[in-house]
Amino acid sequence: MKRNPATIFIATALAVLLLGMFFGMLAAAQYVLPGFLKEALPFTKLRPLHVSMVVFWLLLGASGCVYYFLGAEKLLKRRIRKWIFLHYGLVCFVAIGSAVAYFTGNFGGREYWEFPPYLAIPLVLAWFVFLGVFWRSVSGKVKRWPVYYWMWLTGIVFFILSLAESYLWLLPYFGSDLVRDMAVQWKSYGAIVGSWNQLIYGAAFFLMAKISGDNSFAFSRKTFFFWFLGLTNLMFNWGHHIYALPVSPFIKHTAYLISMTELLIFGKILWEWKHSVSEMRQYFYRIPYRFLVAADVWVFLNLGVAILMSIPALNLHTHGTHVTVAHAMGTTIGINSMILLALAYYIFGQVFGPLSGKGLTKAKFGYWLSNGSLLVFWLALMGAGLTNAWFQWYEPDMPHALLMQQLVPFFAVFVLAGIFLFIGFALVVFPLLQQFISGKKTPADPSIILPTEISETSKKKEYANEYA
Amino acid sequence: MSERTFTRYRLIYTLLSIAFVVFSGFVYTQAVPENNKVVSSKAVQGKMLWQQHNCSSCHQLYGLGGYLGPDLTNTLSSKGKGRDYAAAIMKSGTQVMPDFHLNDAEIEALLAFLEHADKSGNNRVHSYKIGRDGTITSEGETRK
Repeated sequence: MKRNPATIFIATALAVLLLGMFFGMLAAAQYVLPGFLKEALPFTKLRPLHVSMVVFWLLLGASGCVYYFLGAEKLLKRRIRKWIFLHYGLVCFVAIGSAVAYFTGNFGGREYWEFPPYLAIPLVLAWFVFLGVFWRSVSGKVKRWPVYYWMWLTGIVFFILSLAESYLWLLPYFGSDLVRDMAVQWKSYGAIVGSWNQLIYGAAFFLMAKISGDNSFAFSRKTFFFWFLGLTNLMFNWGHHIYALPVSPFIKHTAYLISMTELLIFGKILWEWKHSVSEMRQYFYRIPYRFLVAADVWVFLNLGVAILMSIPALNLHTHGTHVTVAHAMGTTIGINSMILLALAYYIFGQVFGPLSGKGLTKAKFGYWLSNGSLLVFWLALMGAGLTNAWFQWYEPDMPHALLMQQLVPFFAVFVLAGIFLFIGFALVVFPLLQQFISGKKTPADPSIILPTEISETSKKKEYANEYA
Repeated sequence: MSERTFTRYRLIYTLLSIAFVVFSGFVYTQAVPENNKVVSSKAVQGKMLWQQHNCSSCHQLYGLGGYLGPDLTNTLSSKGKGRDYAAAIMKSGTQVMPDFHLNDAEIEALLAFLEHADKSGNNRVHSYKIGRDGTITSEGETRK
């Protein structure tokens, strides 16, 4: 049996992803079929089921990857396993508890975490356990920390801080004033998203260091510069969510200014694009690389949209439309999920061995189907959002029901693409779950090349530097 | 990593953390709109009902929330809408919105909350002025 705490985290995360996508499909159907499941599972229940499950996919998946890599570095002591399982148990308890709360209509009524506030307590405890395990494993060598250790520490600490901050509304000073409450809510949510990004991107960096056998890029000034830039954005650029709120203009201008520093990241991608493409082509036949290539393309598209949306004059039109949804879906599915799937394929490859021929065929087909349908899905949402913006500006008195009717063609495409997206992801995820359930290491098939094999040392270093 | 580089990184990290704490304090204490400082207990009760029924999964306030239903920030002062219109929808739902079986007191509380939202600012897209630097200013917004 090859199952270990890390693979248990990841396998659970993969199952939760499919569940979250299933709820997402049902919720999307309500856009084109008004009244569909209105009494049994109204949108007020389906939306939180979808959002929370997808967030738990990211949290469980990222935690599993961090534990796997700490184990691979031989930093996890055996007696610490019970704490890792405690972390796992607490997160699963909150995931199941939140689903039960949503089904029974027991809401806290906040975006992302729409469950009752008491369920946040075990979630915070889980992250304190995570922090304890992480710190115990890597402390003592702080001066020799590569960038991904900093990213993981930052991700864990900011998750705790931001989650606690998102419950300030329980205090009357924050909760009774709508504007102050909304400002603090979106401040904390901006940082929460940043915190899981730190965990996921840190794991992706580690993967590249492992593949290349050279982690010098993880200490380079350039890498640290861009990490500090990302951290600055995590802390201060959340304000673009609340340009419309009547808060102090200083908050909005700070967000605007900081958001524009993302142009440096965008410029870096453009500058290195040609080189990246030739590099990626070389290793594209390997499954983890494929997902990283996909994530790169989605980073480019979504970062471009994010920068445009951070300009208040443009945000004025796109805010409150499906352009925002397209951006959220593009980053969650296109970037975070693609990276996590690359990591899952790498880790399961190491633990359970290569996929069977059938499994590999499914994964490859699922890859193209999920990315192709995600593009259509994303474009449909962008189309719906921009059409909505047009009507908002030129027909401001149009009733909402009529406006939604104008958007039905976009929603129909979005629902159809969502179904194919779900099938694509299922094809990608099933071979991994099959490996996990069988729990045995597949004997190496000489006809299948392991995803992490790069023979030339110079190529390994080049790839790692490029990715960083 | 050399001692010097480590010290430099630690300094940057510390400065960013301090700036974050100061900025957080500013966000927590910054002035809310003058016309909206007094919040009635009924409006607070309405806000809790808004959360208990998870209204934000379908409706938006200041463009934040779900997109299945309309933005309700200024619905009470919008042409052709108002209190009676909102109360009727709350009472029986619509083709898309379920009937939440709200009693009269709950509907009154939700209306008080929507009134509080309406008075807090103007979220209509035409009420913003666009600056040359790309910034936007809402109608009547004077704070710096």
